[in-house]
Amino acid sequence: MTTTHAAEAPPPDAPDGLQEHFDATIARDQRVEPRDWMPDGYRRTLVRQIAQHAHSEIIGMQPEGEWITRAPSLRRKAILFAKVQDEAGHGLYLYSAAETLGADREDLTRRLIEGRQKYSSIFNYPTLSFADVGVIGWFVDGAAICNQVPLCRSSYGPYARAMVRICKEESFHQRQGYELLMTMMRGTDAQREMVQDAVNRWWWPSLMMFGPPDDASPNSARSMAWKIKRHSNDELRRRFVDMTVPQAEKLGVTLPDPELRWNEESGHHDFGTPDWDELMRVIKGDGPCNDRRMERRRTAHEEGAWVREAATAHAAKQAARTEKGAAA
Amino acid sequence: MSDDHVYLTLAEGHEDDTRWAYGTGFEDPLHGVDTTVPEGVDAEALAAECVALADDALVSAQRLAEWVTRAPELEEEVALANIGLDLLGQARLLYSRAGQADGTGRDEDAYAYFRDAEDFRNVRLAELPGGDFAFAVVRLLVLSSWRLAHFRRLEAHPDPVLAAVAAKGVKELTYHRQYAAEWCVRLGDGTDESHRRMRAALDEAAPYLGELHTAYDVRDEVAEDLRQVTEAAGLTLPVHRPLPGSGRAGEHTEHLAPLLTELQGVARAHPGATW
Repeated sequence: MTTTHAAEAPPPDAPDGLQEHFDATIARDQRVEPRDWMPDGYRRTLVRQIAQHAHSEIIGMQPEGEWITRAPSLRRKAILFAKVQDEAGHGLYLYSAAETLGADREDLTRRLIEGRQKYSSIFNYPTLSFADVGVIGWFVDGAAICNQVPLCRSSYGPYARAMVRICKEESFHQRQGYELLMTMMRGTDAQREMVQDAVNRWWWPSLMMFGPPDDASPNSARSMAWKIKRHSNDELRRRFVDMTVPQAEKLGVTLPDPELRWNEESGHHDFGTPDWDELMRVIKGDGPCNDRRMERRRTAHEEGAWVREAATAHAAKQAARTEKGAAA
Repeated sequence: MSDDHVYLTLAEGHEDDTRWAYGTGFEDPLHGVDTTVPEGVDAEALAAECVALADDALVSAQRLAEWVTRAPELEEEVALANIGLDLLGQARLLYSRAGQADGTGRDEDAYAYFRDAEDFRNVRLAELPGGDFAFAVVRLLVLSSWRLAHFRRLEAHPDPVLAAVAAKGVKELTYHRQYAAEWCVRLGDGTDESHRRMRAALDEAAPYLGELHTAYDVRDEVAEDLRQVTEAAGLTLPVHRPLPGSGRAGEHTEHLAPLLTELQGVARAHPGATW
């Protein structure tokens, strides 16, 4: 048996020809679909990645969701409300994509609230002013787009298709965030200070969204061989910096990195090194808001239990009544 | 799909940055509409009607926004936000119309952010604190049943702008009412606990029902509507003597002022700012 990817030996029990078929599908850049045979490791990696992504959408509703009731104009209130609603929708598509691999939404939610599965550590930072709403749109959605656009070509069909729709909406959110900041920068001195302060606080955590540097990213090589992931963390980070610098200039804010400068030779920006120890601390649970985010999600789930039980009980009663009606 | 193409679109310069995001480029929700108040329409009464309906919608949307990240299931997260957004949209149109009709030319934000509790004309049911999901369902059922019946009458209003707002609203409210009715039946029929919570929620809402009826008497229609839904849910609508006072006259519960403090805080802290 031959294999095109080096990262994992073929499982000893792979039925005849199936591993070759899978490898050939990946090699030809075709999509793997839910009913196709796939190696267990591929399935597990995808479930973990998609669940983590879904959890991030759901937890990610919290930092901005805090501002819906306080948004300073009705237009901004509507925009923010719609954005946070989109994130719930993204969570739904992604949990559905995970379900095509045999996962179960209830089980994944439980893993999240028990701390057994992660979400993006960016959402463990607080939102301190309304400018944070704009900066999250600009940086965090911008970084998410850089990470996610290549996933539209991910080898797993349902994930790739969910990502197409999600990326379109994220791109819309990014523009809305930037447009809020443009408006604020044309406003009062206090508004401009709010924007710069939010930029200072969110820049480094946003760069960390691409994950640890390539030489410290244990699962990257295998995911790239399987074409679940298409670009390395460092490549995507550089792409984000290159994309954001001219936008910052146009906006009139300073990115808080003294080492940031254009490098003629490489055709990219040079930039400083994020504090990787901070990233590790936040991932391990020691960020400013980890406990609060988890507590909110857990409370919502637990307080909603009686509603879900009632819906299930009603459906069962209805089914029994229908059956009884049919039998009579 | 080429991912490079998407990156390019994101990074390229935009001459007019307000056009980056759909729906953010306009300030005036009634832009392009003939806003003259027709002859024979009492402009002051029209403005008062628009403000009362807008206040109901805004205060309801604010309470629905409090459910964000707290809903019992993701589908409910999406649905409650959807309903909140519809109501917020109705409020924006109605405030704009009020500003034209009362001759002050005030915009939507002047009404939402720069009036105090005693100037609000929403019914008190809308401002009561969140409570549990059963109360959210009951409140939505009552308010959407009433608003739907009322908007159906308003479709024939002599003011074409209010009539158009009502026509658009009827479609939205039909869905809101349907959503609330389905949950009412599920919860009334579901488990002992959900049934108990629904009864408590109906008891809490009942004293505030009388306040809903204003210009058009839709009392019987709404009562019949609510009777049908509660009956299907195995519940009965309790009969309560109406509470004295009325939100329509600016007499509110103690819950409206804190709701407005939260809603208006940032806007009031930055006078002269544009958002």
